[in-house]
Amino acid sequence: MKNLLGREIPDYIDGYGQVKPFQGSFSNCGVKTRSAVKLTSVLPKDQKVLPSLDDLFDRLKITDGMTISFHHHLRNGDYVLNMVMEKLAARGLKGLTVAASSIFPIHAPLVKHMETGVVTGLITNYLSGPVAEAVSRGRLTKPAIMQTHGGRARAIESGDLKIDVAFLAAPTADTYGNINGVYGESACGSLGYAVADAEYANVTVAITDHLVPYPANPIEISQIYIDYVVKINSIGDPQGIVSGTTKITKDPVALIIAKRAAQLIKASGLVREGMSFQTGAGGTSLAVAAELKKIMQDEGVIGSFASGGITGYLVEMLEEGLFRSLLDVQCFDLKAVESYRDNPSHQFMSASMYGNPHTKGAVVNNLDIMILGATEIDLDFNVNVTTGSSGVIMGGSGGHSDTAAGSKLAIVVTNLMKARLPIIRDKVLTVTTPGESIDAVVTERGIAVNPRRLDLLEQLSQTQLPLMTIEELKQLAEKITGIPKPIETSEEIVAVIEYRDGTVIDVVRKVKD
Amino acid sequence: MKITKVAKAGTLESNDILIMVSPKDRGIIELDIESIVMQQFGEVIEQVILHKVQEMGVEGVSIKAQDRGALDYTIAARVETALNRAI
Repeated sequence: MKNLLGREIPDYIDGYGQVKPFQGSFSNCGVKTRSAVKLTSVLPKDQKVLPSLDDLFDRLKITDGMTISFHHHLRNGDYVLNMVMEKLAARGLKGLTVAASSIFPIHAPLVKHMETGVVTGLITNYLSGPVAEAVSRGRLTKPAIMQTHGGRARAIESGDLKIDVAFLAAPTADTYGNINGVYGESACGSLGYAVADAEYANVTVAITDHLVPYPANPIEISQIYIDYVVKINSIGDPQGIVSGTTKITKDPVALIIAKRAAQLIKASGLVREGMSFQTGAGGTSLAVAAELKKIMQDEGVIGSFASGGITGYLVEMLEEGLFRSLLDVQCFDLKAVESYRDNPSHQFMSASMYGNPHTKGAVVNNLDIMILGATEIDLDFNVNVTTGSSGVIMGGSGGHSDTAAGSKLAIVVTNLMKARLPIIRDKVLTVTTPGESIDAVVTERGIAVNPRRLDLLEQLSQTQLPLMTIEELKQLAEKITGIPKPIETSEEIVAVIEYRDGTVIDVVRKVKD
Repeated sequence: MKITKVAKAGTLESNDILIMVSPKDRGIIELDIESIVMQQFGEVIEQVILHKVQEMGVEGVSIKAQDRGALDYTIAARVETALNRAI
């Protein structure tokens, strides 16, 4: 069958099940239910702290085929996922599904567990490094399921994704399971992506290297969700958890793109009192923040909030009074961690609050301006941030589709060509975010506005900005680079891309070597 | 033209290509291409290099190309320079 975007997807996918095709960004909304949670009451004299991981696994009764979950706040410094999987492999478990909000190069040992059948399923929002390579080459038994940050929270809350045991890496935990991410050797700041796991898993375990007396302060995730606490030597490598500083790019091409994007935002009329803004931590995206800052200062505008993964640059904007608040699901650098800890205007948000479409309103719905990246974008404005130029998985939505759907103005900023590859294609290899939620593409050689946004096109036509159709942008690039030969893939499906509402927007097919 | 020594031109920077040439017997053209866009542009890169070799009347050469996404005119220029340095 073909879904709304014309992507060819089977009705039924082995190892995934019946496919609900994507039918439009808000077609699957309305009345929804959250699933009930099974729990074991903890009584006054019960102890939650266990002396070691082995004691924990003796107690947990994990069996073949279960689903275990992890959050990714320790990013490429995370020790917890590998440690838990090593123990489970040693105990001879098979057929496990790992539901980790993101997978990084540090999780390379998962490849071995995939090959030995310890892990047969993977559900994640972002997949990079050796595990992504292995999935792309068909080394995982079932197709991986790629979700969005909001979509994962939705799946957990609705019961689509049932977690048997959640392992929460906790930079600080007290003896009764209250957790925060702001103190300890492995401090990472906000724990927004861990909330749904903690609340909805049948059993939730806090694994910490910083065990403090009761009660921890602050409490980000409450004791009422935590069954056990285990102290280990180290949950992560601080070098891989947060970067020291986030710098703005000096690349002149990126800077001109950023400048144009900021001019577009200004022309859209959205730079006004109470405006809200989100951007990624990538070089060009941050440069847009810097350009926007100048415009806000010139016009004397104070914004309501900036959201998302928070960088030091956004913290500076908060401290300079350019925004009243930050809504933070994840801290990208040390400055963000410190601000989140010390500044009450720098607030917490869970993944569900951030982007779950089946709530009484996610933060993305209140976003005015969203700056996004793209690996490829097609003539229908569909964006790929899942697969790279060789067809191998190198990322995933994260919050891409969530923010694109919610924001008033979703702008993709990208070089028109990257290492000879034109970014605008007839069809993207993989659709991550549907074109209906993308409003404009800004490149160094021109800006294309989605024809669905005639209002924006009209506003921009009164400026000096270099407007073109997306077809013209594509031809401009191909005149310089030549037309690339399409990537060949086999028929075998290695990953299923779920849109934030749980419908299938695309699949990733195995790469041919 | 006769290639008498080893020479190179270009860099491994993004959008550039590093060309290394070395002597071979008359009539032998050896070409080894490594590229980050091999799947999409491998054949084009090969054509551009061979065309330049022919145009310059090279008798025998071994060429090793490490491509980082160079455009055709860059490839041609790097090949030409490397060959001129190897006479």
